[in-house]
Amino acid sequence: METDRKIILLADTEQSQQDKLRDFYTSFANQIKDKGLEDAVSLVRASDIGIYGKGFAVKILPRGIVYTGVKESDIGAIIDASVKGQGTVERLLFSEEPKQIRIVLRNCGVIDPESIDEYIACRGYGALKKILSGMNPAGVIEEMKKSGLRGRGGAGYPTWMKWKFTRESQGDRKYVICNADEGDPGAYMDRSVLEGDPHSVIEGLIIAGYAIGAGMGYMYIRAEYPLAVERVKKAIGQAYECGLLGKNILGTDFSFDIDIRLGAGAFVCGEETALIASIEGKRGTPRPRPPYPSVSGLWCKPTAINNVETLANVPYIIMEGGDKFALIGTEKSKGTKVFALTGKVRNSGLVEVPMGITLREIVFDIGGGMLGDKPIKAVQTGGPSGGVIPVDQLDTPVDYENLQKLGSIMGSGGMIVMDESDCIVDIAKFYLGFCVEESCGKCAPCRIGGYQMLNLLNGIAEGSGSLEDLDKLRRVALAMQRASLCALGQTAANPVMSTLRYFEQEYREHIVNRKCRSHKCRSLMTYSIIQDKCKRCRVCVINCPVNAIEGDREKGFFIDVSKCVKCGKCFEVCKFQAIAKE
Amino acid sequence: MLIRAKINGIEVQVEKGTTILEAAGTVQVKIPTLCKHPDLHASAACGICIVKVRGSAKMLRACCTPLEEGMDIITHDPEIISVRRTVLELILSKHPNDCLKCGRNNDCELQKLAADFGIRQESFKNFLSPLPPDDSTGTIVLEPQKCILCGRCVDVCQNMQNVWALSFLERGFETRISPAGDIKLADSPCVRCGQCSNHCPTGAIVEKDDTNRVWAALQDPDKYCVVQIAPAVRVAVGEAFGYPVGTNLTKKLYALLRRLGFKAVFDTNFAADVTIMEEGTEFVERLTKQKGPLPLITTCCPSWVDFMEKFHPDMIEYFSSCKSPQEILGVLAKTYYAEMKGIDPAKIYVVSIMPCTSKKYEIKRCEEMFASGCQDVDVSLTTRELARMIKQAGIDFVNLPDEDPDHILRDYSGAGVIFGATGGVMEAALRTAYFVLNGKNLKKVDFEELRGLNGVKEAEVQIDGKKIRVAIAHGLSNVEYVLNKVREAKKNNLEIPYHFIEVMACAGGCVGGGGQPYGVTDELRKKRAGGLYQDDRDCSVRFSHENPYIKKLYAEYLCKPLGEKSEHLLHTHYKARPVYVK
Repeated sequence: METDRKIILLADTEQSQQDKLRDFYTSFANQIKDKGLEDAVSLVRASDIGIYGKGFAVKILPRGIVYTGVKESDIGAIIDASVKGQGTVERLLFSEEPKQIRIVLRNCGVIDPESIDEYIACRGYGALKKILSGMNPAGVIEEMKKSGLRGRGGAGYPTWMKWKFTRESQGDRKYVICNADEGDPGAYMDRSVLEGDPHSVIEGLIIAGYAIGAGMGYMYIRAEYPLAVERVKKAIGQAYECGLLGKNILGTDFSFDIDIRLGAGAFVCGEETALIASIEGKRGTPRPRPPYPSVSGLWCKPTAINNVETLANVPYIIMEGGDKFALIGTEKSKGTKVFALTGKVRNSGLVEVPMGITLREIVFDIGGGMLGDKPIKAVQTGGPSGGVIPVDQLDTPVDYENLQKLGSIMGSGGMIVMDESDCIVDIAKFYLGFCVEESCGKCAPCRIGGYQMLNLLNGIAEGSGSLEDLDKLRRVALAMQRASLCALGQTAANPVMSTLRYFEQEYREHIVNRKCRSHKCRSLMTYSIIQDKCKRCRVCVINCPVNAIEGDREKGFFIDVSKCVKCGKCFEVCKFQAIAKE
Repeated sequence: MLIRAKINGIEVQVEKGTTILEAAGTVQVKIPTLCKHPDLHASAACGICIVKVRGSAKMLRACCTPLEEGMDIITHDPEIISVRRTVLELILSKHPNDCLKCGRNNDCELQKLAADFGIRQESFKNFLSPLPPDDSTGTIVLEPQKCILCGRCVDVCQNMQNVWALSFLERGFETRISPAGDIKLADSPCVRCGQCSNHCPTGAIVEKDDTNRVWAALQDPDKYCVVQIAPAVRVAVGEAFGYPVGTNLTKKLYALLRRLGFKAVFDTNFAADVTIMEEGTEFVERLTKQKGPLPLITTCCPSWVDFMEKFHPDMIEYFSSCKSPQEILGVLAKTYYAEMKGIDPAKIYVVSIMPCTSKKYEIKRCEEMFASGCQDVDVSLTTRELARMIKQAGIDFVNLPDEDPDHILRDYSGAGVIFGATGGVMEAALRTAYFVLNGKNLKKVDFEELRGLNGVKEAEVQIDGKKIRVAIAHGLSNVEYVLNKVREAKKNNLEIPYHFIEVMACAGGCVGGGGQPYGVTDELRKKRAGGLYQDDRDCSVRFSHENPYIKKLYAEYLCKPLGEKSEHLLHTHYKARPVYVK
C-alpha cells in the first residue's frame, strides 16, 4: 500500500512571476528526467503554499521539507540531497514559523484528487491502517481527546465527546454522517477539501465509524457541488477496490460502507436534525433536542455527524498523535481553521491558520493588506450566523470563545474584509436576508421574526426608519435568539445585533440624517451636477434612463430629484467628475 | 425512575422523561403554549413555552425538554415574559386578527393568549398572505390565512389518523398548510374526521357551519322539522355551558330541541339499537351459516368507511352492509314515522346533531342515503354548532326542565347509548349476538375488557362454547395493525385472527369526535365515555333486542332483521375510491 513516491511542489511565493515559474518547472522536470527519477516523483505547480515574498519555493512531500529563494542553479543540489537522498540543503531551508499551517488542506492542490495512489503516497490511509492494526475504539477516542479537536461546522463541540456519547449509546446499528452541506454565502472550504482531497474525508469517516461502532456512513453533500460529488463517488469506488471500504477492511473484522446522499439546496439541512430528516426522506426541518443524534439520530439510531473539515483533520491526528495536534492553537481551541478570506483584501482565497492567530495577521500578513490601501472598517466572520468585528478588535486572537465574546461566531469559516465603502446596514440586510430566505418556516420566532427584522432594516435603508425601530430590532433579535428552535434562527439576528453593537451611529445616521456614509443605500443618496466642473457635454443627459436631467447647454444641466431613480448611471458616465453623490 | 428538580424554587419529583411543561403542572404552573397538545408530539414550533435554567441566559422549550436531575427551572421572569410577548406579537403579525368574524371567536387559544398578555397594539406590520379558504369537502373549512403553523393538524392527520391529507407546503415565511400537491381538500385523501379542526388552536380549520340552514328550515311552514341526537353529544355539549365534563344532559336536550322549534325529537340511540339488530344478525349469519366472510367489520363511522374505501378496499367484503345509526334514524323518520303519522315524507326535514364532521358527508355518501325516496337526513350539525344555536336562541340551557323524547323512535337500551365510546358497538353487538346464539341473555352484561383508551383492544369471548375473537381499533393509525393481521392470515390460509372488528376513526370513539367541543384530551375522553357507561347502567333495558320499541318496529314495520324491507332501507354498499387519480 505504501509507496516511496515523492511529491514536489513548486511555487512562486511572490505571486508575480508565473511565466518564470513555468521555466523553473521545466528545468526541474528535465533534471529529474536526466537523473532517471521521473517514476518516483510527481512534480506539481502549486499556486499557494502559504509562504509569501520568498522567491521560488520547493516543498518536498511527504517529508515536508521547504526550500525558499531557490534559483535554477540550486535544482541539482536539491534533487541530490532530498529527492535521491534523505538529506537537506541547509542554506535554502525555510525556517520561519509560517503564518499558515496546512493540515486540512495538506493535500489540496498537491495530489491528484482522483488518484488514490497519490493519496496513499502522502501517507493516506496510514491512519486507518494504524488503528486497525493496534488501536481499539476507546484508544481512538482517547487520541481525539488529546488532540482537543472541536467540530468545524460552527458550534465547536468537542469531537471526541460526540464520538464517546455515540459509542456509549445503545443501538443495534449506528451511523456516522459527514455533513458536507456547506451553504454559507462565500464559503467554499468544504468544497475545496472534497474536490481536492476526497480521500482524507473518507478516511476520517471510516475512522469515526470504527471509533463509535458504526457499520455505515453517509456523505451528505449538497447537490450544487457536482464536482465534489463526482470526486467523492470516484474516491469511494477506489476505496472499495482497495479493500479500504466494505467487508473486512484490510483483513480485519471491521466492515464499513459509505453511501452518498445529496442535499437539495436547503441551507437548514446543514443543521444536524434537519439533515437527518432529509436523509430519511422527510421535510428538512429541525426537531427539538434532546434526544441528541448521538442517542437517537438517523432512523432513530445513535448517529455521529461531523463536518468535512473536522473529518479531514482526523487522519492527521491519528498519524501524528493528538498531542502534536494540540500543540497548535490556543488553550481551548486546538489545531487550525480554514477560512475563506474575501472582500476588500488583496489576496483572497482559502487560508488555513493556527487557532489563536489575530485577524490583523490574517488580513495584513496573509491577505496582503487592503485593496487600494483603503482603511479597514471591519471583518465579518461566521457567515450569515456570524457578526461584524470592528477594526479596534483586530488584534483579538481568533478562537471559538473570543469570536463569541465579540458577538460573532467561528461558523464554518467565512471571512469578509470590509472598508469604508461598505455600509453596515447593507451588510446586515444581506446576511439577514439570506437567513430569511433559508428559514425552514417551522418555528414562529425565526419564520416571522427574521422577516419583520428585514422589513425594519429595509425601512432604515430606504430612509423611512425611526429610532423606535432600533428598539424593535433588538426586541425581535432577543426573541429570535432565545426562542428559535435551531441554531439558524438563534443566530440569524447576529449580523444585525453585532452591527448595532459596534456601529449604532451608522444606523442612526440612516434614520436621523437620512444619510448613508458609504453611499450604498440608494434611496438615501442624492445626485447633483457640480456646475463648475460640468462641461455641458450632455453625456449624462443621453444616458439617464428616466430623463431626469434637464436643462440646456446655455443654462446648464440639473438633476430633477423627483424623477431621479438613483441608478448612478450619470456618475459612471461623466468623464469630468462633475456628478456629486452624497 | 424518579427525577428530583426544582421549578421556581419548589422541589418536584417526577418520572424520568417528564417534560418541564408537564412537571410545571405539578406545582400549579401552566406554561403557555400554542403548539403542544397532550394528544400529540411536541413539534416545538410556536416558541411560546420557553423557560430558563437558573444561571443560564439560554431558554429551553418546556414542551419538549425533559426535566433532568437537579435542574433549577424558572418559568417566568421579566425577560421570559417579554420574549413570549414578542413571539406572540410576531405570530399576530401574520394573522388576520379579525376575531369578531372568526369561527373560533371566544374559544381560541391564540385570542386567549393575546388577552392574557395584554396585547394592546400591533407593534409590527401585518403581512397577511392572500390564501383562499377551502370548503370543498362540505364538512370542514380550511382557512390557511388564520393558520399559525403550529403543526397540530399535520401531526393529527399524518400520525394520529395516518391519512396524510394535510402537509406543510413551501418554506420560510411562505410556509403554509395544504393538501400535498396543492389540490383541494375534497380531492385529497381527507376522510373528513375533523380531528384537525378539533386540535387547531385557532380558527384555521373549523366545521362548515350549517346552522343557518337549520334556522331557515325551522321557519319554513312547509317543513316538518324533526331532530335526532347522537349518543356522544349528550355527554359533551354541557362543556359549552359550564357543566362538569361527562355530565349526561339527554333529557335537557330533548326539552331544548323542542324549544328550538323541532316538531319531534328522536334519539339516535334508538337507531343504534336497530343497527345492533341488523349488524348482530349479520354477524350471527356469517358465523353460523357462512353467509359471508369473517371477520365482520363495523361501519357506523363514516370517516372509517371513507378511509377503508380509499386505502383498504381489499377489506370491503368484510364490511357490514348495515347503515350507521344516523342514516337509519333518518330513513325510519321518513318512512315508518311518516306512515304512522300520515305525513308526506317529502315535507319531513331531518336534522341530526352529531359529534362528528364526517356525518355531514355521510348524508350524501351514496344513493342508499336516499332510501326513503328523498335525502334521508337533510342536515347534520356538530355538537359545537348546536351549542351556538342554543346561545343564539338565548335559551337558558342550564335551567331547562327535563323532558322525554317523542314516541316510536324514542326509548333506547343501554346497548344503544354506549355506541358513543370506543368498544361500545362491539359490546352492544355481543350482548345481542349472545342472545341470538344461546337463546338467553348474558348474566354479566359489562365487557370491561372492551372499554378504555388502548389504541387496539383484542379480546376473546365465550359464546355457546364458541370462542369469539374480537378486535377494536380507534384512531385510524391503529387500524393497519388489525387489518394486516387479517391479511396475513388470509395469505397464509391460517385461521382468522378475529371474528368481529370494530373501528372508529377518532381516538376514544365518538366522544372524541371531530365535531365535539374543543380541548379534548384522554382525560376528557374518559369522562365523556364514563357518562355514557353510567347511562347504560341506569337503563332498565340493556339489550337492544329487548327494547320494546325495537320489538314494535320489527313487528309493525320491518318484519325481521335482514328482511326485505330492512335490506332496502337499512343497508348500503361500498366501493373503492382511489385517491390522487383525478
